[in-house]
Amino acid sequence: MIHSLFLINASGDIFLEKHWKSVVSRSVCDYFFEAQERASEAENVPPVISTPHHYLLSVYRHKIFFVAVIQTEVPPLFVIEFLHRVVDTFQDYFGICSEVMIKDNVVVVYEVLEEMLDNGFPLATESNILKELIKPPTILRTVVNTITGSTNVGDQLPTGQLSVVPWRRTGVKYTNNEAYFDVIEEIDAIIDKSGSTITAEIQGVIDACVKLTGMPDLTLSFMNPRLLDDVSFHPCVRFKRWESERILSFIPPDGNFRLLSYHVSAQNLVAIPVYVKHNINFRDSSSLGRFEITVGPKQTMGKTIEGVMVTSQMPKGVLNMSLTPSQGTHIFDPVTKLLTWDVGKINPQKLPSLKGSMNLQAGTSKPDENPTINLQFKIQQLAISGLKVNRLDMYGEKYKPFKGIKYMTKAGKFQVRT
Amino acid sequence: MSPRCHPSLYWNTHSCPTPSGLSPEKTEPLTVPRGASPCHIPTSRLQGGWHLGPRSILVALLGCHCNSTRSPASGFRRRSGAAALPPSLLSPGPPPAAAMLSLPPVQKLLRPKSVAGSDVAEEVTSPVLATEAGPPTCYSALRADELRPLAAPKDEVAASTGQPPRHDDLKEMLDSNKDSLKLEAMKRIVAMIARGKNASDLFPAVVKNVACKNIEVKKLVYVYLVRYAEEQQDLALLSISTFQRGLKDPNQLIRASALRVLSSIRVPIIVPIMMLAIKEAASDMSPYVRKTAAHAIPKLYSLDSDQKDQLIEVIEKLLADKTTLVAGSVVMAFEEVCPERIDLIHKNYRKLCNLLIDVEEWGQVVIINMLTRYARTQFLSPNQNESLLEESAEKAFYGSEEEDTKDAKAEAASLAKRKPYVMDPDHRLLLRNTKPLLQSRNAAVVMAVAQLYFHLAPKAEVGVIAKALVRLLRSHSEVQYVVLQNVATMSIKRRGMFEPYLKSFYIRSTDPTQIKILKLEVLTNLANETNISTILREFQTYIRSMDKDFVAATIQAIGRCATNIGKVRDTCLNGLVQLLSNRDELVVAESVVVIKKLLQMQPAQHSEIIKHMAKLTDNIQVPMARASILWLIGEYCEHVPKIAPDVLRKMAKSFTNEEDIVKLQVINLAAKLYLTNSKQSKLLTQYVLNLAKYDQNYDIRDRARFIRQLIVPTEKSGALNKYAKKLFLAQKPAPILESSFKDRDHFQLGSLSHLLNAKAVGYQELPDWPDEAPDPSVRNVEVPEWTKCTSREKRKEKVEKPFYSDSEGESGPTESADSGESHHEPESDSEESGSSSSSGTSSSSSEEEDEEEEEEGSGEQSEEKEGEEEEEKRKKRKEKGGLRKASPGSCPLCSSRGLPRPLSPMGWAWWPMLSCGPWQLLSPAFGAVRTYELLHRMAGEGLSVEYCFSRRPFPGDPHMVAVQIQISNNTDAEVKSLRVSEPKLLAGMRIQEFPEIESLAPGDTASVVMGIDFCDSTQAANFQLCTHTRHFYVSIQPPVGELMAPVFMSENEFRKEQGKLTGMSEITEKLTLPEKCRSDHAIVQQVTSAANVGRVPCGADNEYRFAAKTVTSGSLVLITLEWREGAAAQLTVNSEKMVIGTMLVKDIIQALAQ
Repeated sequence: MIHSLFLINASGDIFLEKHWKSVVSRSVCDYFFEAQERASEAENVPPVISTPHHYLLSVYRHKIFFVAVIQTEVPPLFVIEFLHRVVDTFQDYFGICSEVMIKDNVVVVYEVLEEMLDNGFPLATESNILKELIKPPTILRTVVNTITGSTNVGDQLPTGQLSVVPWRRTGVKYTNNEAYFDVIEEIDAIIDKSGSTITAEIQGVIDACVKLTGMPDLTLSFMNPRLLDDVSFHPCVRFKRWESERILSFIPPDGNFRLLSYHVSAQNLVAIPVYVKHNINFRDSSSLGRFEITVGPKQTMGKTIEGVMVTSQMPKGVLNMSLTPSQGTHIFDPVTKLLTWDVGKINPQKLPSLKGSMNLQAGTSKPDENPTINLQFKIQQLAISGLKVNRLDMYGEKYKPFKGIKYMTKAGKFQVRT
Repeated sequence: MSPRCHPSLYWNTHSCPTPSGLSPEKTEPLTVPRGASPCHIPTSRLQGGWHLGPRSILVALLGCHCNSTRSPASGFRRRSGAAALPPSLLSPGPPPAAAMLSLPPVQKLLRPKSVAGSDVAEEVTSPVLATEAGPPTCYSALRADELRPLAAPKDEVAASTGQPPRHDDLKEMLDSNKDSLKLEAMKRIVAMIARGKNASDLFPAVVKNVACKNIEVKKLVYVYLVRYAEEQQDLALLSISTFQRGLKDPNQLIRASALRVLSSIRVPIIVPIMMLAIKEAASDMSPYVRKTAAHAIPKLYSLDSDQKDQLIEVIEKLLADKTTLVAGSVVMAFEEVCPERIDLIHKNYRKLCNLLIDVEEWGQVVIINMLTRYARTQFLSPNQNESLLEESAEKAFYGSEEEDTKDAKAEAASLAKRKPYVMDPDHRLLLRNTKPLLQSRNAAVVMAVAQLYFHLAPKAEVGVIAKALVRLLRSHSEVQYVVLQNVATMSIKRRGMFEPYLKSFYIRSTDPTQIKILKLEVLTNLANETNISTILREFQTYIRSMDKDFVAATIQAIGRCATNIGKVRDTCLNGLVQLLSNRDELVVAESVVVIKKLLQMQPAQHSEIIKHMAKLTDNIQVPMARASILWLIGEYCEHVPKIAPDVLRKMAKSFTNEEDIVKLQVINLAAKLYLTNSKQSKLLTQYVLNLAKYDQNYDIRDRARFIRQLIVPTEKSGALNKYAKKLFLAQKPAPILESSFKDRDHFQLGSLSHLLNAKAVGYQELPDWPDEAPDPSVRNVEVPEWTKCTSREKRKEKVEKPFYSDSEGESGPTESADSGESHHEPESDSEESGSSSSSGTSSSSSEEEDEEEEEEGSGEQSEEKEGEEEEEKRKKRKEKGGLRKASPGSCPLCSSRGLPRPLSPMGWAWWPMLSCGPWQLLSPAFGAVRTYELLHRMAGEGLSVEYCFSRRPFPGDPHMVAVQIQISNNTDAEVKSLRVSEPKLLAGMRIQEFPEIESLAPGDTASVVMGIDFCDSTQAANFQLCTHTRHFYVSIQPPVGELMAPVFMSENEFRKEQGKLTGMSEITEKLTLPEKCRSDHAIVQQVTSAANVGRVPCGADNEYRFAAKTVTSGSLVLITLEWREGAAAQLTVNSEKMVIGTMLVKDIIQALAQ
């Protein structure tokens, strides 16, 4: 399956290579560089490139290309999904996944990669098993290791691989038994010029952080499970139970994991919590344009909208912008033509606005299209779909855990066309 | 990089001796012409400049230095010195004390450099000198020029090291007996490997540490070994014995890792050793080791394909493995080694289907893809009857003639063999068991299921995958890219499926261009009369995008919508005409091209647009657009007879200022006009041709000369003159605008080949459906044995492997397709068997079953014919709203059946998997079914009710015991609205009432099932049985043996569990077996009739083991019966629930003593 893996940074250096079968020369990456050159931006590099003898499948994350080399037919998603899993694992291990981090921990990275694939076929991809095999580096452990000469490689054997619940390691012990669940909903929307909604949908996830002793068996039920239209589960969730009773029953992995992602059925109208008033004018004759946007709350159920951030890709003709925000800070990058306005909280009494003028290149006619506005925001303690967790029960263990649940609504891909 | 550096660089490449320490003669070819040309480096590399940044400076700095100070000879000398080392190093000895002392400072000195991690610093001090030890075998497959650049960067390094090599330090560190030093050295070596630097000359020093106690050192040595063993085969052999020892280790994980490394070492000499190890591991006790063995199979195969036959044997064996751990890996091996041996799958098909949901996600993908291919060869197309409808719909859409003939053929074919299609239950099984996986978090699994449904499911059911695929669009852009490609293909065949999700394909300005274009493709495929207006409005937004590639694609898409949907053709055309005034050349060119295509379809109706475009020539300056317009006017000059000459007049005026491409079209226009309307345009044409004759561009001059000869008749002009009109004004076919994704579905969706639209290496063609279904019985697996008499000779071959007849997977559907109906009510035979006198295993028609019946019919007669009639009757009964009738007094009696009956093999695939424990529940063994009275005829005023425990899982709730209730109406009036009410239950007990019976005619009997959760107690469940007139108080008290369900476990598991349940939980009783109860068969039968338990295979002759699990709490109940000499026997029951245990012992003894 996966023959080799090359990690390539933004400037085109191959800074790590790993081979699971016989060695493939790194010159295969030339084909990749060719494709990269052809695509103007990194994200436009085709994920699948065919070369005379190999196929290169790549993902681009954290400014690093992860390029897998394969030789024979394999479902492309299989490889792509695996590469994403690799990135997730690195992130899980080192906090961030960057070139520097990988270079600093090259041995751990190598050991992890060695365990994840055997002869190119995925072997252990559950982070719990991997962490049992190879302990993630922490500052404390690094210090201890240098002094005592002990190692990062776990000395017990990976029992997780043998168990019926491979995602959970055995013998977990905590003094404080806690289980936290975050219900996070994202609104994907396209709003047209006049402010009406073209498309809007809610995608949600339930992320959990479970630190419980032993082998707890949890059930989580919702007040209104009918809202959920399409769900995908962590493998620990018992599918049959969900089918019959709409209850999530599972033995949780230890630590952080994504329990569920869901899509709220399309029948429910999506309440859009914000509106954007905009007035962007390029005048044909003059070299000045008017720019004015105001962001305001709408249907927020009494919650404050925080972390508002407005970004907009201005047309090439815009040379500079002189703007004054009523609150927050703004930056216009004259090279990439990207306008960023960090608004912060919205105060309903005094709506934040950004006004000013744009300097346009003289002589060019006005651009065809006004820039689209991308919006980010957060609303704490609110699940916009109205989803509510009913209760969480634990079986199989005697102690009483602390249970916490948090709701949040965020903007997903939220675009306003102007 | 300055080109001056190349010679030195290359000179060094070749002068650098090979690192193979054992063969210094390999280092001979030192002299390579200095002028080895730099063009060895691929141009792309030079142009890109991506790679050579810091290094090129480095080489530039050091290159001359190297060149002047190091002669090839000196390089050789140094290397040969090192080469002398290894043999002596092979015998490890304590390093000299001095070395030990000096080491730590060296290490400290070196550390900061490696930590700094900067490439330049690394390379200056890098110890890597060596290049490859001759091309290893794997390289031979590559193109030569792929190899060259590999050498280049390393050589730069080699060139840059002027100092003494540093691996001496590493070697010393590896030789030390301090683990921390060894570890440090190994870490640095691994870091070198990771950066792609050659560390192969350290091989002898590293390989010695293969037996190191420190686990991390050991692991890193393994990493090194696997990387370089191929290059240093002789030395690699030294490590083999360590692994061979590891293969015998009592710890399964050590055995597994030894096998893993051993099989990863690509040294052909050890093929026999690997083969042996794999064979041994394949029958290992531990499933994890077996999994590793499965992984090792493709490794060995790629090393030596001659081993194929032996490996297939191993694969066959492992395919029969029933653990989820092994399943994915072995199918993977199957796919790599022998995908053509589809026959190996037959026996394991049902098992794989049933295990699927519990297999790890990567295995799921492989299994699903393989099963898709399997199903295509083994089942009939579920859409064969519908294909008629589909194709006629398609025809209306595309309206091509070809389609028509195909259609007619298909019609004829399908009419010829039109018979009702019944889906093979195995086909159904696959579809049902894969469906839940659409909910997987793994995109690859979802895609695999989606393609399975697309290729295998009946048309009506394919829709379920749309939602899941749309969900994947939220994922990373690479995932989106692949999914959209597949959606694009699917949306051509099954447009309706994605229509509800139209808005999910709307494009955001932040999407990468490649995603935008794919979404556009899908939107275009989904366009139809109803949604076209919304789609076009959306397209209008896209046209104004800043991303011009995307705009061009949008224009193409509009063109396609216009061709496909006649209603909007004019709107689209008008919109496109407006675009002609766009400033962007690309947009205009694209629009003109699309308009041209559209107009070609029906030029007569669009003379208005042609006129409009003619007017545009005044304004439009984009040459491509002008040229296109001129071509159009020329082509259809007959439709615009007045305007065309005028246009030519204008163009003649501006001819000299036009671009070449426009000039050519002006000449074309002139020629066409001359042919159709020579009166008006003769002079103009000659004027244009004269201008062209003196044009600067020779192309235009040539064209003018050529056309003049062709169209103007002179005495010299040849035969072609006559045909000039035909040549110029031939009917040109309208270009077809269709999706590039059309017909891509002949590749298996989700595959690499589909994505590339070209056959990838190793792609397995998705076979077409067979015309005739192959024999479905090949998938039959032996029916569970242990409920039957094992002493019969005929059974011998099956007795050999009682293990394999375990789970519901294998005892799954064995029915042939034609009896497909019966699986809807697999339970039916137990309660009806009584009516067909005695034996009556009526549900199955397979031969095996018949055989069994013959045997079992020793006491009674088997009545196969009656069985068939039975089948008929049952169908009829089913039509009567689920109420089954049976003749009065037909209740099965315990005495009427001497032998346990084989189970209906069909039933258990439908049995939901219980997730409460690691043991799989088993189909129950049927002893004689005992009937109890619930309501006597007298007490019930003519209504008599009996009940029995059917021992079937209660559908809907696994914690309930299913109670079969038989109600007979012996009165002469109709009894109405029979139902259960007001249950009085102990705390925790639950009852699932049977659905109300509307009415029961006099003399009729109804049979219903209700579920009761007894909470593992033998307390009675009290409730009222109500009719429309009366209430009867009744109670059901379960015998303890009915409170459990059989489970399967192996002998080992049984022993292990028994070990846990000792002391208080163990109850032992002695008993004497009566005369008639002294055969294996009788004992098994008596025990299984007393309690709902499953037999556990047992090695000992006179020992019988049974296992079950209580229905509510799922606690294990283990029964052991030891038969000693004569009549003496000892019964042991192990169970957490002591009360149940005690009562069970009593019941079993009673049953055996009968």
